[in-house]
Amino acid sequence: MSWDRACCARRLGKRKVIAETGAGQHGFATATMAARFGFDCKIYMGAVDVARQRPNVFWMENLGAEVIAVQDGQKTLKDAINECMRDWVTNMEDTHYILGTACGPHPFPEMVSWFQSIIGLEAREQMLTQTGRLPDRVYACVGGGSNAMGIFQGFFDDDVELIGVEAGGLGVGTYMHGARLAYDDASVGVAQGYKTYFLQNDDGNMNETHSVAAGLDYIGINPIFSHLWEQGKVRFEAATDEEVKETLKLTMRTEGLIPALESTHAFVTALKEAPTMAKDEIILINQSGRGDKDIFTIADALDDAKWKSFVEGKSDQYRAERG
Amino acid sequence: MIWWNYSFPFSEPSADGPLFAHANEQSLKSGTTVDQCFEFMREVSARFPFKVLMMGYYNTAFKMGEERFVQRLKDAGGVGYILPDLPVEESANLHQLSEKAGIEPIILMTPTSSDKRLAQLGALSRGMVYVVARKGVTGSKTKMGDDVLALIERCRQHTNMPIGVGFGISGKEDMDFLRGSADLAIVGTAALKTWQESGAPGLKKFFAALMA
Ligand SMILES: Cc1ncc(COP(=O)(O)O)c(C=O)c1O
Repeated sequence: MSWDRACCARRLGKRKVIAETGAGQHGFATATMAARFGFDCKIYMGAVDVARQRPNVFWMENLGAEVIAVQDGQKTLKDAINECMRDWVTNMEDTHYILGTACGPHPFPEMVSWFQSIIGLEAREQMLTQTGRLPDRVYACVGGGSNAMGIFQGFFDDDVELIGVEAGGLGVGTYMHGARLAYDDASVGVAQGYKTYFLQNDDGNMNETHSVAAGLDYIGINPIFSHLWEQGKVRFEAATDEEVKETLKLTMRTEGLIPALESTHAFVTALKEAPTMAKDEIILINQSGRGDKDIFTIADALDDAKWKSFVEGKSDQYRAERG
Repeated sequence: MIWWNYSFPFSEPSADGPLFAHANEQSLKSGTTVDQCFEFMREVSARFPFKVLMMGYYNTAFKMGEERFVQRLKDAGGVGYILPDLPVEESANLHQLSEKAGIEPIILMTPTSSDKRLAQLGALSRGMVYVVARKGVTGSKTKMGDDVLALIERCRQHTNMPIGVGFGISGKEDMDFLRGSADLAIVGTAALKTWQESGAPGLKKFFAALMA
């Protein structure tokens, strides 16, 4: 998608690009594109996310992007979006805002959805080539909704069940999650330039959110999804932090897959529902990213002693080098 | 003439610079509610002669319902509101309710508004027009120059309402510069900064100097 956005920025005659990022994946992609196309690049990322997704920060910076740790609010994705909007209204003359998720003011939700639709088009074609038919169910994790919109668009006109999986965080009733549609805690509001279901209080101020996955730790959801959910066209479920950690162990050991913590949410629900399906039914899961970036979080979750002693060793080495 | 813009705190103040963004956050952290804001507004408007405007973000109005918002604003003695994140394309119902209640929706005109856009905004303007002196968010100082005067002139062609100029007005020189061109000067961040640095006595001095 970042190549499409590069073409946009060029066409608009902009020299600089800015982007928000939660998990760092979109920031990484934008920084890569900027290096290749010669744009100045600034990435806004909540300070909490900078701390938990250091590998992506490392690559963004080494690709030449300036990574700004946003200290406002909850210091996560939503605050990074606010900061991008502030930058853009100030510097719109020479700056293009490459909003990563399918949220924000018009035309971003539609524009990002359209750019991401390549995922669904390709997945549909591959499925037909490899199995001769369409999948019965498609699962995707939902932060703002870009990867899910991307893959679901390949199947909107088909008799295929579409399931979006949100961040269940600490679970139902804890108010520490990112489940706008799967749980009952969100209501319709207008913020960050768009109208959708938000996790907010009665005054219209946003509630704290939580997820082990930085990319799903967000207050709102693509407005097209809110509409499709109200119409019963897309089903929404949530996966908790605990379920994600357990499922990740399973996919690593049994499938040789290391999905990102975000993507693992889709695996949780798919694996939970698979036993209720017929043997010959086909499940398609969108692995929106790889888990390499999550090595610190996963190592913590697994309480991996060897990793910890490696990191301790490294930190001893750096301390000794500094004298 | 003095108008007072009272900011209702919002958790996603994306049109505000660091100082106001932080003030929003602190206010919410300390537990400020919309009820309290209206109550404070009621007390102030009962005690002081100046006109009181609600300033904030649209979700505050949307969440309680537009009709209720207008009614509560009126009950609290407010004369209007400024909601910078509500585009006029989406404001027909709120404007209609406001007109019925005699509440003014204050419209923002900005340096990036085209003449066509200004004409559209001008046609909807009531009470006063808020001319945003420069691109960007609240906070840093605006260099008052010919471009600001030209912008005010351009806006005047599209509205008969009094024009208030805001964003980055920081002191008496700015007021003097705008005198004769703008009808009102809107001071935000500079006042908040003064209050944070030197409290009520400092703020009193600051305003006395501005009005001198
Ligand atoms: C790997 C991965 N998947 C999914 C997401 C969630 O975003 P969206 O819902 O926009 O696809 C992110 C966001 O950072 C991500 O990094």
